[in-house]
Amino acid sequence: MPVADRNGTRVWRRRTQAQSLFHWAIWLVGTAIFVYCWQMISEATTWFFVWDAPRISADIWTRATPPRWEYVTQLGEPIWDTLNIATLGTIIAICLAVPVAFLAARNTTPSVLFVRPIALLVIVSSRSINSLIWALLLIAIIGPGILSGVMAIAIRSIGFCAKLLYEAIEEIDENQVEAIEATGARPWQVMTYGIVPQILPAFAGIAVFRWDINIRESTVLGLVGAGGIGLQLQASLNVLAWPQVSLILVVILAAVVVSEWVSAKVRGAII
Amino acid sequence: MSVELNNVLGTRWRKPPLIQRAWLRRLLWIGFFVYLVAAVATIEVNWLRVYEGLDRGLLFILAFASPDFLSRSTDIWNGMVESIVMTVAASVAGIAISIPIGLGAARNIAPLPVYLICRGIVAISRALQEIIVAILLVAIFGFGPLAGFLTLSFATIGFLSKLLAEDIESMDRVQAEAIKASGSNWLQWINYGVQPQVMPRLIGLSMYRLDINFRESAILGLVGAGGIGATLNTAFDRYEYDTAAAILILIIVIVMALEYISGIIRARVQ
Amino acid sequence: MLRLENLSKTYKTGDQALKEIDLEVPEGQVMALIGPSGAGKSTLIRCINRLVEPSGGGAWLKDVELTKLSSRGLRRERRRMGMIFQEYALIERLTVMENVLSGRLGYVGFWRSFLRRYPQQDIDTAFRLLDRVGLLSMADKRADELSGGQRQRVGICRALIQDPDLLLVDEPTASLDPKTSRQIMRLICELCEERQLAAIINIHDVALAQMFVQRVVGLRLGTIEFDGAPGSLTPDVLTMIYGEEDWESTIRPVDDDHGAAAE
Repeated sequence: MPVADRNGTRVWRRRTQAQSLFHWAIWLVGTAIFVYCWQMISEATTWFFVWDAPRISADIWTRATPPRWEYVTQLGEPIWDTLNIATLGTIIAICLAVPVAFLAARNTTPSVLFVRPIALLVIVSSRSINSLIWALLLIAIIGPGILSGVMAIAIRSIGFCAKLLYEAIEEIDENQVEAIEATGARPWQVMTYGIVPQILPAFAGIAVFRWDINIRESTVLGLVGAGGIGLQLQASLNVLAWPQVSLILVVILAAVVVSEWVSAKVRGAII
Repeated sequence: MSVELNNVLGTRWRKPPLIQRAWLRRLLWIGFFVYLVAAVATIEVNWLRVYEGLDRGLLFILAFASPDFLSRSTDIWNGMVESIVMTVAASVAGIAISIPIGLGAARNIAPLPVYLICRGIVAISRALQEIIVAILLVAIFGFGPLAGFLTLSFATIGFLSKLLAEDIESMDRVQAEAIKASGSNWLQWINYGVQPQVMPRLIGLSMYRLDINFRESAILGLVGAGGIGATLNTAFDRYEYDTAAAILILIIVIVMALEYISGIIRARVQ
Repeated sequence: MLRLENLSKTYKTGDQALKEIDLEVPEGQVMALIGPSGAGKSTLIRCINRLVEPSGGGAWLKDVELTKLSSRGLRRERRRMGMIFQEYALIERLTVMENVLSGRLGYVGFWRSFLRRYPQQDIDTAFRLLDRVGLLSMADKRADELSGGQRQRVGICRALIQDPDLLLVDEPTASLDPKTSRQIMRLICELCEERQLAAIINIHDVALAQMFVQRVVGLRLGTIEFDGAPGSLTPDVLTMIYGEEDWESTIRPVDDDHGAAAE
């Protein structure tokens, strides 16, 4: 226990001198880094616009309200596309994530030294890069459209699903696997009987969770030309049609709320 | 031999289906396939365009083997620094703001009006996509990293406050009560009864959010809110795949490094 | 029928779990394996069906040298050794019937097992076994809905449907209450007698072991310290196996009425 000696009386301290020095140093460095970052941002900012911000936002607000409600009739198809991008993307991602997860899990991978690092690299690459960037990339390769959106969502989701799934696989009860092995089952039978039933609830939960996230992400994919309601948003922004923008934002918000509700319900039903 | 056994011997056995009602089961399957067909049908694919794209796809994959860090090195460097600066500043500001809001959004320690306000802030922040917030903030504050900084801070608040509040709501009541019983005031109570219980997870979540913020900062440039995204977008537009590959590799490496560091920190605080 | 020669196991950590074990189990004999925790009881029976790979010595089941088998041959031989586990090790989210039928996995092909289309003969056997252990009405319940004793009965059915020559039983009663423990032990021993099965039963409850088995083997620090009839387990022997303690109250005459008090 750190105890300091002061004028002959022993005083309890929370930390020893070295510890508190270290603590202060960390705080000091942290603050210095933050101040430095803030200065960089501040230098790159045109403060004139910032001081003008209240006026501009009030201006945008008056232009954007009320939303152009009749425009909603033209949003049916974009919404349908958005839903399809999210759903198909999720289905493809799940199908591809399952094998990756089994290759990445320590207890099912065929080789810890060679296969596992590759699977982990696939996961981290897919996770590190935002679906908008994947969409940009795919548009550059195969052209704008829904297909690029579906593939962008799928590629981005593989890593997410595979990561959660392989963590679930690593947490299974090995006793059950052992019991199936002891019956003389083949490796594939061990997998379908010993492992799959154990991870099925996690699997369903992950799929629905990711679908919910994908609905959000697919609403903005159109900003770069990958289909869905984002296309309308981009078009309206380009012509500064603020009432349409505000309507689209309302629709996106509604879609997000509905998808979150659906996903919560389904996950509640599974678990 | 019992009667029931006699009844079942020789009968086929089937695994009982998940959904007992046969018509509902079939309806769900049919519905699923109809939807799948309808959804796939909406995808208009220009196969010629895809075929032409395959070459470019190959080029891009090859570009990963020989990424070009040099020819646009100044742009990449400036963009990366801006991304990192935005990430760090926004994470610090976001975390600092999230803590009071997270406390306010926990039903077991906040009074009802405060709870409702804080939950409202959390809900708005979570419902709005980062990129949409960025578009609006760029329109208001002009181009530059300030809009990106504000966007990321705002998104951090929604994420961190919600998880922090849930963590506080599920904490061990007895430990907190023991502190209250010693006659502490509200701040002391938070400091001694609540903080030690949620601190490890708060640190873990903050590290995770730092990681997310960096990944998000890479797209903010697409709408003019600063960071590496602008450089990346230019590279795609000019079909400079080797530069784009270099940027993507940098992003992946930094994310991996962040995950590694956060793994160490989380292991230490828990 | 089962013969172990110089069987040893050293774990990667350097722990020597088994030191050159020699043991022979004749056909139809039920043998209890007793000993303190860490004596190597679990390792011993897992080395027989090679869930744990032995590091030296050999094991023979009838004429087959288990320790030399390829993975394909090992799967074939594992079918002849039914295993019953401490925490039941049922597949919790599958039905009772699927759990029992999983004992046939070594006999049916992948697609049959995947689509749950087992041969009618297997299904009938499964029903007969479930009826024998009194769980026929539970066939379509999920395994996690059952009580501990019921689960262990399902575990027994799964081992028996393999049509084994030998049962490897790992602490079958460790997570059960005293009454259920006895019922399960009695069931296992009755079934072994009906089918003329040999069995090795790992058990830490000495009194329970004495009550049911024909032979007791005491293991201590990976070596066999005692091998004899349950009647010859004296306090001295137990001291040798487990260490110093007052054993008089543990050992009971093989008698049900008194045995109840021991729990």
